[in-house]
Amino acid sequence: MIDNFDMSLVDWSRAQFALTAIYHWIFVPLTLGLSFILAIMESIYVKTGNEEWKRITRFWMTLFGINFAIGVATGIILEFEFGTNWSNYSWFVGDIFGAPLAVEGILAFFLESTFVAVMFFGWNKVSKKFHLTSTWLVAVGANLSALWILVANAWMQHPVGMIFNPETARNEMVNFWAVIFNQVAIDKFLHTISSGFLLASMFVVSISSWFLIRRREMYMAKRSMLIAGIFGFLSSVLVAYTGDSSARTISQVQQVKFASMEALYEGKTNAGLVAFGLLKDTDRKIGNKTVKDFLVKIEIPSLLSVLTGGDKDAYVPGLKDHIDGNVERKIMATPEKMERGKYAQGVLQIYNRARMTGDKEQIESIKGIFKDKDFQTNYFRYFGYASVQKPEEVIPNVSITFYSFHLMVMLGFIFLLIFAMALYFLFRDEIADKRWFLWIVLFSLPLPYIASELGWILTEVGRQPWIIQDLMHVSGAVSQIKTGSVITTFILFSVLFTGLLISEISIMLKQIKTGPRH
Amino acid sequence: MISYLFLQHYWWIIVSLLASLLVFLMFVQGGQSLIFTLPENDLQKTMIVNAMGRKWEFTFTTLVTFGGAFFASFPLFYSTSFGGAYWVWMAILFSFIIQAVAYEFRSKPGNVFGKQTFDIFLFLNGSVGPFLIGVAVATFFTGSRFSLNYSNQVHWETQWYGLESLLNIRNLALGFAVLFLARINGLLYLINTIDDEDLVKNSGKKLIINSLPFLLSFLFFVISLVLSSGLTSDSTGTVTSENLKYLHNFLQMPVVLIIFISGVVGVLYGIGISVIKKSRNGIWFSGSGTVLAVFSLFLIAGFNNTSFYPSSYNFQSSLFIRNASSSLFTLKTMMYVSFIIPFVLAYIWYAWKAINNSKITEEEMYSEEHKY
Ligand code: HDD
Ligand code: HEM
Ligand code: HEM
Repeated sequence: MIDNFDMSLVDWSRAQFALTAIYHWIFVPLTLGLSFILAIMESIYVKTGNEEWKRITRFWMTLFGINFAIGVATGIILEFEFGTNWSNYSWFVGDIFGAPLAVEGILAFFLESTFVAVMFFGWNKVSKKFHLTSTWLVAVGANLSALWILVANAWMQHPVGMIFNPETARNEMVNFWAVIFNQVAIDKFLHTISSGFLLASMFVVSISSWFLIRRREMYMAKRSMLIAGIFGFLSSVLVAYTGDSSARTISQVQQVKFASMEALYEGKTNAGLVAFGLLKDTDRKIGNKTVKDFLVKIEIPSLLSVLTGGDKDAYVPGLKDHIDGNVERKIMATPEKMERGKYAQGVLQIYNRARMTGDKEQIESIKGIFKDKDFQTNYFRYFGYASVQKPEEVIPNVSITFYSFHLMVMLGFIFLLIFAMALYFLFRDEIADKRWFLWIVLFSLPLPYIASELGWILTEVGRQPWIIQDLMHVSGAVSQIKTGSVITTFILFSVLFTGLLISEISIMLKQIKTGPRH
Repeated sequence: MISYLFLQHYWWIIVSLLASLLVFLMFVQGGQSLIFTLPENDLQKTMIVNAMGRKWEFTFTTLVTFGGAFFASFPLFYSTSFGGAYWVWMAILFSFIIQAVAYEFRSKPGNVFGKQTFDIFLFLNGSVGPFLIGVAVATFFTGSRFSLNYSNQVHWETQWYGLESLLNIRNLALGFAVLFLARINGLLYLINTIDDEDLVKNSGKKLIINSLPFLLSFLFFVISLVLSSGLTSDSTGTVTSENLKYLHNFLQMPVVLIIFISGVVGVLYGIGISVIKKSRNGIWFSGSGTVLAVFSLFLIAGFNNTSFYPSSYNFQSSLFIRNASSSLFTLKTMMYVSFIIPFVLAYIWYAWKAINNSKITEEEMYSEEHKY
C-alpha cells in the first residue's frame, strides 16, 4: 500500500491542510452562531414591529456578510484539497467520504447561498414573513453544512459501516446509517455547533461592550447583549455537556488519544482528573519518546475513573499499556497490532499477485477472507499498523494534546462565568457602569476563537499518525507530487489568506466604528 | 432491481447536468471579465458588478456541488485527476478564492488593498476560471499521461503536473470556447437585467466581437473531436483505441446528437436575436443552449463504453464510468439523496424570482443598502 516514505512531502501536505483548515475555522463558527442570533433578532422585530430591532438585526447582518464571504472562500479549497493533496486517501475511502460532501452541497450549501441572497437583497423586495423565513433557513443551512462535514470527519476518527474490497483496493460503504449515527459524529456535531453558538455570542457581547464603553448606541448594545448573553449562557452549558460526552466517547474509541490528552502514562484505578497542570520531561522513555510528568497539577481525586468507567475502581489505561499491552486488562500491545496489520497486508499482496497471474481460485478464496467477520475484526482492523515502523510512533504529541484540551476546557468555564455576569448586570441594569467588566469582555473576544481552534487541534493532532484511525497512516494517504509544489502552494495560501484576513478584520472594525445606519 | 450499470449511468447524467449548469452559470465570470472594457463610467461598472454579484454564490455553489458529487460518484476520477493535474486545479481554485471575497469587500471602507485590487480579482477569476475549466474538461477527450497501480493510486508521468495540458491545442481551443461563451452569456444576461440604454447598446456591440472567437475555437474543437480517436474497452476489460470514436458515439446515440445540435442552435439563436432583432431575451436561448450542448458533450465523453478520462501513457489505466465509480451501495444511497435536487431547483427558482422581479437601475445603485 505504502511505497513512499518521503516525510517532507507528508509534512508539507499536513501543514498545508492544517493551515487552510485553521483559516476556514476562523470564519465558520461565527457563521454557525451569528446566523441563529440574527434569526432570533429578526423574529423579535417581526413579532413586535419595532423598527429598532430591524436596525439591530441589520447591523449584525452586515458583519455576518463580511465574515460569510471569506468563510466561503476558504471552504472551497478544503474540499478540493482532499483530491489534490490526499489523493490516495480519496480513493481508499472515497466511497464513504465522498457521499457526505455531496450531500452537503446538495442539501446545505444551496439552501444557505440561495437564502443568503434573499436575506441581503430582499429587505424591500419580499414580505416580512418571507424574509424572516429566509433568515432562519440560512441558519439551518449553515448548521446542516456543519453536520455533513463532521460526519465525514467523525468517520476518520472512528471508521464504521464499511467493508474493504480487495478488488478495488478501497473501503466500501455497507451501512449509511451507521456512518451518520456514529457516536463520534453525534458528539462532534453537537459540540461543534454549540461551540459556534458560544463564539458568536461572545462576539456580539464583546462588540456590544465596546459600544457601552463608548456610550454609543446604548439601546442597541444592551438589547444585543441580552439576546447574546442568554444564547451564549445556554450554549456554554451545552458545550460543556457535549464536550464531556465527546471525551467519554474518545475514551472508548480512541484510547491512545485519550491517554495522551490526559498525559496519562501509567494506567491506574482511582485515576484523578487533572484540572490544571504543567508538564515537564523526565528521563524515562517509551521507545525514543520521552515520558512527561507533571511539574505541578491540581487534581480532583478519582474523578477520571468515575467519568470514564462509572466508579472509582475503574481502570484508566495509560500510554504504556497501549504500547506494551496489558494482559490483565485485556489491552493488546502495539507490536501485536503491527503483526496483525502486516498479516492483513500480506493477504492483500497475495491477492494482487494472484490477479497478476490470473489465478482465479486464489482470487476467490481471498475475496472470501476479506468478507470474513473474524478477519475484519481481528486483522483488517489494524491494517494501518502495517506501516508503523516503531510502536511508539502511534503516540501523538502529548504536550499539544494535553495543553489544547485543558486550555479549551478552562476557557469554557470562563465563558460560562462571563455570560452569567453579563446577564446579572443587565438584569440589575448596572451593565453600563461596570466599565472594568466591559473592558474585560472586550479583550476576551479572541478567547473563544482560541478555544475553538484548540478543539480542532486536539482532535486532529490527537489522531496522528493516522489519517483514518488504525486503518490508514498519513504517509500512505498523500498525493505523489513534488514536495516543491506543495511548498509553493503552502506559501501562496499563507500570503493570500493572511492578506484577506487582514482586509476582513479592517473592514469589520470600520463597520463597527461606523455603527448601525438606517 | 436497479442494476449497478444503470446507477453508474444515472450518476454520470447527474454529474453532467451539474457541469452543464456550471458552464451556463459562468455567465457571472463572463461578466466579470468585462468589467474593465465594457463600462464607460464608474456607475455602469457598479451596475455590472451588482448584476453579477447577486448571482455569484450560485455559480460557486454549483462548482462546489459538482466537485462533491463527482467525488461521491466517481472517486477514482477525483483522486486521479486532482492528485495528478495538481497545478491546473490549484490555479482554478485560487481564482475562485479571490472571487468569493471580492464582491463583499470591494467597495467596503477599510478593505486595505483598495477597490482596484478586488476588481482585478474579479477580472482574473472571470477570465482565468472559465478558460482553465475548459482546458481541464478538454482532457476528458484528449487524455493525460498517468498510470494507476494495483491499489488504484495515481502516478503522474510528466513533471508538469497538469501544466502540460496547456500545450495541447485542442485543450486550448475548448478553454477559449468556454471563456468566450461565458462572456457571451454574461453580455446577454446584462442586456436582460440592466435598465440602462447605453450599457445595453454597448453590450450588443461587444456581443458581436466576442461571438467570432467563440465560433472559431468552438468549431475547431468540435471538428477535431469528431475526427479524433477515443478509448474503449472490450468484454475482457482490455482498453483499445477506436478511430472516430466520438463520431461513432454521436451516431450510435442519436438522441445525444439531437441534444447537441439543439444546444448549438440555441446558443446561436440567442446571439442572433439579440444582435439582429435587439431582443433582450437572448439569454434564455443561449443559456438553455449552453446547458444542452455541454450536457451532450459530457454524455459523449462517458457513455457508450468510452473512457471519460483516458490515459495516453497507459491505456489500461484509463477511467471509465464502469471502473471509476463508487460501490453499488453508495450509488444507490446517493440516488435517494439526488431525488431532492428538483426540490432544490424549485426553491432556487422561487427565491430568484422573488428578488429579481425588477431590473437593476441607476437609482437602485444609489439607494440600495447592500451594494457591492
Ligand atoms: C473532514 C475532515 C476534516 C475536518 C472537518 C477537519 N480536518 Fe483537520 N485534517 C484532516 C481532515 C479534517 C485531514 C485531511 O485528515 C488531515 C490532514 C492529514 C491528517 O492526518 O489529517 C488534517 C490535519 C489537520 C491538522 C494537522 C495535524 C497534524 O498533522 O498533526 C490540523 C492542525 C488540522 N487538521 C486542523 C483542523 C481544523 C482547525 C479544522 C476545522 C475546520 C479541521 N482540521 C477540520
Ligand atoms: C475539511 C473539511 C471541510 C470542507 C471540505 C469544507 C468545505 C466548504 C466549502 C466548499 C464551503 C463553501 C461553500 C459555498 O459554496 O457556499 C464551505 C463553507 C462553509 N463551511 Fe466548510 N468545509 C470544511 C470544514 C467545515 C467544518 C468543520 C464546518 C463546521 C462545523 C464547516 C462549515 C461551513 C459553513 C457554515 C460554511 C458557510 C460559509 C462560511 O464559512 O461562513 N466547514 N465549506
Ligand atoms: C467546557 C468544557 C469542554 C470540554 C469538556 C470539551 C471537550 C472536548 C473534547 C474531548 C474534544 C475532542 C473531540 C475529538 O477528539 O473527537 C473537543 C473538541 C472540540 N472542542 Fe471542546 N470542550 C470544551 C469546551 C470547548 C469550548 C469552550 C470550545 C469553543 C468555544 C470548544 C470547541 C471545540 C471544537 C471546535 C472541537 C473540535 C470538534 C470536535 O472534535 O468535536 N470546546 N472538545
